Amino acid sequence: MKRLIPLIGLCAVLAAHAADKPAVAPTTPFPYFVANCFNCHGTEGKAVSAIPTIAGRDQAYLEETLKAYKAGSKPATIMHQLAKGYTDEEIAVLAAYFAKQK
Amino acid sequence: MSSSSRFNPDRRRLLQAFGASAAFAATPSWAASGKKPGQKLGRVVVIGAGFGGATAAKYLRKWSNGAIEVVLIERNKQFISCPTSNEVLSGNRAYESLVHSYDALKKNWGIKLVHASVTAVDTEKRRVKTDAAGEFDYDRLVISPGFDFNFAGIAGYDAKAQEHILHAWKAGPQTLALRQQLVDLPDGGTYVLSIPKAPYRCPPGPYERASQIAHYFKTQKPRSKVIVLDANDKIQSKEKLFLGVWENDYKGIIEYRPTWNVVEVDGDTKIITSEVGDRERGDILNLLPPQRAADIARTIGVVNVNDRWADVNWISLESTAVKNVHVLGDALQAAPLMPKSGHMANQHGKAAAAAIVEILSGREAQPTLLANTCYSLVDDRRAIHVDSVHRYDPEKKVPLVVPGSGGVSKEPSVEEGLYTRAWAKNIWSDVLG
Repeated sequence: MKRLIPLIGLCAVLAAHAADKPAVAPTTPFPYFVANCFNCHGTEGKAVSAIPTIAGRDQAYLEETLKAYKAGSKPATIMHQLAKGYTDEEIAVLAAYFAKQK
Repeated sequence: MSSSSRFNPDRRRLLQAFGASAAFAATPSWAASGKKPGQKLGRVVVIGAGFGGATAAKYLRKWSNGAIEVVLIERNKQFISCPTSNEVLSGNRAYESLVHSYDALKKNWGIKLVHASVTAVDTEKRRVKTDAAGEFDYDRLVISPGFDFNFAGIAGYDAKAQEHILHAWKAGPQTLALRQQLVDLPDGGTYVLSIPKAPYRCPPGPYERASQIAHYFKTQKPRSKVIVLDANDKIQSKEKLFLGVWENDYKGIIEYRPTWNVVEVDGDTKIITSEVGDRERGDILNLLPPQRAADIARTIGVVNVNDRWADVNWISLESTAVKNVHVLGDALQAAPLMPKSGHMANQHGKAAAAAIVEILSGREAQPTLLANTCYSLVDDRRAIHVDSVHRYDPEKKVPLVVPGSGGVSKEPSVEEGLYTRAWAKNIWSDVLG
């Protein structure tokens, strides 16, 4: 249950956000920290160059990959260091968010 | 939702990460703000369209779904990227690739872009005055003004000396002019780079510059030398990596002297003097004077740390000196281990945009996470990085590096060289696209 609550919360946030039409302010907060990834992976995770696109990738794959970087079990140039900055719950939010981007 | 979960620390942390208040999803924002859905939330004026300001402008529009009107004031007609500009000096990158249009911010996001200089801000009436485009009222003001040099910190570095002794620490005409000086330098000539005491823009930047120019000399002018005079007692970023590259690849080309603080320059003889009386001459002098928050920040009244930098509330990035004014980027009194970088300025822009959307929606701004990555190219192919993740500490009221997170490259690599160029393309697109 502890694991599910954040995801349910996230779905509520995303649904509310997506339902809004332009020029109507969102009625619930957005998980703003997902935008930390945009700098290198592109806005909404859509990269325009050699760094991999993360938008639309499989949610479980994104979550497990980030957790493996965090645990140090998957080698990387940089992601093993950045992933350690996020809690497992935040990693789940990131995976769910980017998996939903088209 | 069970009542016990309300006190679960993991959940509380998650809510923080969401930027959510305790009333998460329970109360429509307009109930608290008195505004109805569909109603505009107000106007934000952003001063400065660099990595911080342009990002804030874009994300204010994006995250408010267009309900916040944004006026972006910038004196330059085009965006010129400081990151990767050291590659132009070595001939490894075309200058034109640094130059980007602001058009997409207008077209994609409906930002009102104004090319003018700000002359004054009335923070009581909440009104910005410009030289060429009239006045703009605001509900919230965001300033991302960058830094200005304290040329007076180096005696003799007057307007005349500045004509040929360059800093090239703001990308633009000086980048091209310094490149030309390097091209014109005869083989065997000496290039001298002086680094001011920290903090300054882009901690690894001077050492990347020394590496790039050493690479140019090694391949084109092998008898030439790079002399690095550092006012600090050691290399300020990626120390072991830079020292390793210099030992392995640029031995006999780069000479590094720590604790060498330039206090005087003679523009005619090209002789510089340190605070303990050491002297050095260079065929090319590239002096980086001490830096401080840009003068417009002082004019607005947000410079309140050592008469040099702006202090902010690290949740909202609102000035601790002036209400309704948010400050981003290099002008800030940085949090511990937080660099003055374009990447970090972009993160500040997002944090401020998030906070302002929340505040104007009648909710409370919540702390978010800030991440930084700085790549440095050490030759024409390989790069190294430093990165960190900063989480707001509610007791110290400042973002701190998450223990165990962040670090530097194991070694220079071609793969990271490719990522460096990819990073530049992606962040330019994230800021301006």
